[in-house]
Amino acid sequence: MQLFNIRGGVHPDDCKQLAAHQPIETLPLPALLHIPLQQHIGAPASPAVRRGQRVAKGDLIANGQGAISAPVHAPTSGRIVGVGSYPAHHASGLSVPTVTLQPDGEDRWADSIKGVADPFALEPDDIAARVGAAGIVGLGGATFPAAVKLNLRKKYQLHTLVINGAECEPYLTCDDRLMREQADAVIDGIRIMAYALGVTRIIIAIENNKPEAQAAMTVAASQHSNIQIAHLPTRYPMGSEKHLVQALTGQETPARGLTADIGVVVHNPATAFAVHEALRFGYPLVARVVTVSGGAIQQPRNVRVLLGTRVQDLLNYCGGFTVQPTQLLSGGPMMGQPLPSTRVPMVKGSNGVLALTATEVNTQPSMPCIRCGSCIQACPCGLVPLDLAAHTRAGELEGAVKLGLLDCIGCGSCAYVCPSHLPLVQFFNYAKGEMAARGRAKQKQTETKRLIEQRTARIEAIQQAKREAMAARKREADAKKKAAAASASS
Amino acid sequence: MSDVASILQSGPFAHSTNTVQRTMFLVLLALTPATLFNLYLFGWPSIFLFAVTIGSCVVLEGIALLLGGRPLMRTLTDGSAILTGWLLAMTLPPWAPWWIGMLGAVFAILLSKQAFGGLGQNLFNPAMVARVALLVSFPVVMTAWIAPHPLFTDGAPDITQSIAITFGGEMPDGVTAATALGYVKTELSRGIPVSQSLIEYGRGSNLTYTPDLMDLATGYKPGSLGETSAILILLGGLYLIRKRIITWHIPAMVLGTLFIIGTAFNLLDSSRFAPGLFHVFSGATFLGAFFIATDYVTSPVSIRGQIVFGIGIGLLTWVIRTFAGYPEGMAFAVLLMNSLTPIIDQYTRPRLFGRTSKGEPLPIKVQA
Repeated sequence: MQLFNIRGGVHPDDCKQLAAHQPIETLPLPALLHIPLQQHIGAPASPAVRRGQRVAKGDLIANGQGAISAPVHAPTSGRIVGVGSYPAHHASGLSVPTVTLQPDGEDRWADSIKGVADPFALEPDDIAARVGAAGIVGLGGATFPAAVKLNLRKKYQLHTLVINGAECEPYLTCDDRLMREQADAVIDGIRIMAYALGVTRIIIAIENNKPEAQAAMTVAASQHSNIQIAHLPTRYPMGSEKHLVQALTGQETPARGLTADIGVVVHNPATAFAVHEALRFGYPLVARVVTVSGGAIQQPRNVRVLLGTRVQDLLNYCGGFTVQPTQLLSGGPMMGQPLPSTRVPMVKGSNGVLALTATEVNTQPSMPCIRCGSCIQACPCGLVPLDLAAHTRAGELEGAVKLGLLDCIGCGSCAYVCPSHLPLVQFFNYAKGEMAARGRAKQKQTETKRLIEQRTARIEAIQQAKREAMAARKREADAKKKAAAASASS
Repeated sequence: MSDVASILQSGPFAHSTNTVQRTMFLVLLALTPATLFNLYLFGWPSIFLFAVTIGSCVVLEGIALLLGGRPLMRTLTDGSAILTGWLLAMTLPPWAPWWIGMLGAVFAILLSKQAFGGLGQNLFNPAMVARVALLVSFPVVMTAWIAPHPLFTDGAPDITQSIAITFGGEMPDGVTAATALGYVKTELSRGIPVSQSLIEYGRGSNLTYTPDLMDLATGYKPGSLGETSAILILLGGLYLIRKRIITWHIPAMVLGTLFIIGTAFNLLDSSRFAPGLFHVFSGATFLGAFFIATDYVTSPVSIRGQIVFGIGIGLLTWVIRTFAGYPEGMAFAVLLMNSLTPIIDQYTRPRLFGRTSKGEPLPIKVQA
């Protein structure tokens, strides 16, 4: 199909060969699972189990709260041994509310688990509700609740569902393997989502460094004339949602808007697979495929893990480290987050665990900016990163915002190409965080001011009322006095 | 922190192999063939001057870094001081005395680079500032061009004579010759039409050596190291484009503008205006277009800005060569456009994704 040009981008060594040939394996049951209650964007789920309680696989252990949230289910059968806090799968390593489950080894599904014979007979609302109840979130890494996205049809005029199989981050091969091995299930999930969204056109976009996945999806989609397979050039960040939509449709999503504004919804193939499992079999999201790779990993693999499995268990399964890694990451090398420890659990959004050597990371001390302009050529958003960095450095954050700081998607293409090895993304993250903090402080200030004004007005009103009451009483007393005087004189 | 030595920082955790050092090294590599050919052409005095100029630049850079309390080795090995010295040496008369190279280094490194804050901070191209400052201060020495005296040929100075030339300031008689641009300019001021003086320069009426257009291109002619051998400079420039160190925009715009405007005016009045090809192949046009104007630090950062910048240099070079008192205008043109770089950058930012060129979000329109 015809593709459109997108701006910028870089060509990092994709390093996919490390894990791309490894079929998806299932990790043996770990001794303990630490299941965080917040594995999604939105409000954390609230625990629905007590310590000591026995649960079956797929039982609800935490309820989603509010409009944007997702429930959490037991990844296997066993006993709840703790409802407390545990270090998060996050660079900070802070503890978050977590349910700890001791597997009983039976891996027995709950009796209530039941699929639907024909999902296409359901109302679109029903499908969204089931997807929501299964705790499915965007498995590409963004972890936005999938049901909320399926309900976008109510607000927007949608016409196309794009499946983002670009997997443009180097090293990661989990979507590649899933599309190769579960092509029919993925296509089924995609069709269910398209039905729920009410769209007729489906585009499955896969980068050219995954020819096997392209072939498998083409075969699986051959029955369905409304599905197109797009062969994307291999370029980072092709998988950036808005850029992908531009490459496929030629349309640019307006700044600060959603792709739904131009009628397109984007989902990940792993999300489609989860939707298939949830609708056909009633399985909630309790496991996902993860790529374990990097130069420091003994045996790079693609592993299906239960949510809550510790990173260490996963590393052990892959033979541990060959050398001490310089960087342990969750996600890909371009946008992944450093993992503070191997104790942390795997969550819905973890698509990769990478242990990179010093050569792979290639960190070098920063030099001054020589204004070579490589960052401008690389930026997919049309920013001038060197100017943003200069403004940030000088503390001129408002200036940086005017130049488009908040339009930066943090893809790291600029920092990747920078010959001076400037930590550009770090500058921008600092500036964005600082601007958000200033925004909150300003809001707090306005709110405080409003409350003070209200209070002053209230006190004033009370005093006014008191004065009036006093005046009234005085008038009354005067009137009485006059009356008494009058009666006395008469 | 458990058993993994991870540093808490933002990605990306992958990096291209490009570095500042690699960039500078490739530029030096691209300059090497032309430089070697020209050092051969002008012999020992030019080799001495070349060494003195680069050496002074590196030493002065080191001193400035020490005074500024900045990391010495990392900055000194980035290659930028060597490149500045190299480019400066290529714009000097090859038999100029040693102090010209040294004073040039002071202008380039101390006054126009380090005084502005070092690498990446200078507004003007250091080598061009130095060349122009020297030209204005020492016009006689700076225009004492010589005809080629290739190494190991008859008439070439030996080492002793060369030491006397470079370090003793003893310029032998009868070796100087006008550059093509200079000759044409002088003749025009005497009332001799350009069309005629060009032919005369070619036939060599009063010169010890007479280049034709072919010689202008290959470089067997009087001039600075960078002024001669347009072909080798062009090859070096194309190599830089191939290696993606520079893009084609600035060189193409400089050369294209100069050629078009030169040709146009030559067609109008060939007695007053030199042809476009002559402009392109003489003077330091190629050196300026590929190596000087493309200096990252002092040229605009966006492609659109670079196009404006290149056109400006081409235009100004032609104007200065044609109407001003100096035969060669490239250095002045580059400096003038350097001063416009910040404002060009301001007005040539790329359009932001999802926004109009004014910065407003694009209007929402659904196509079914």
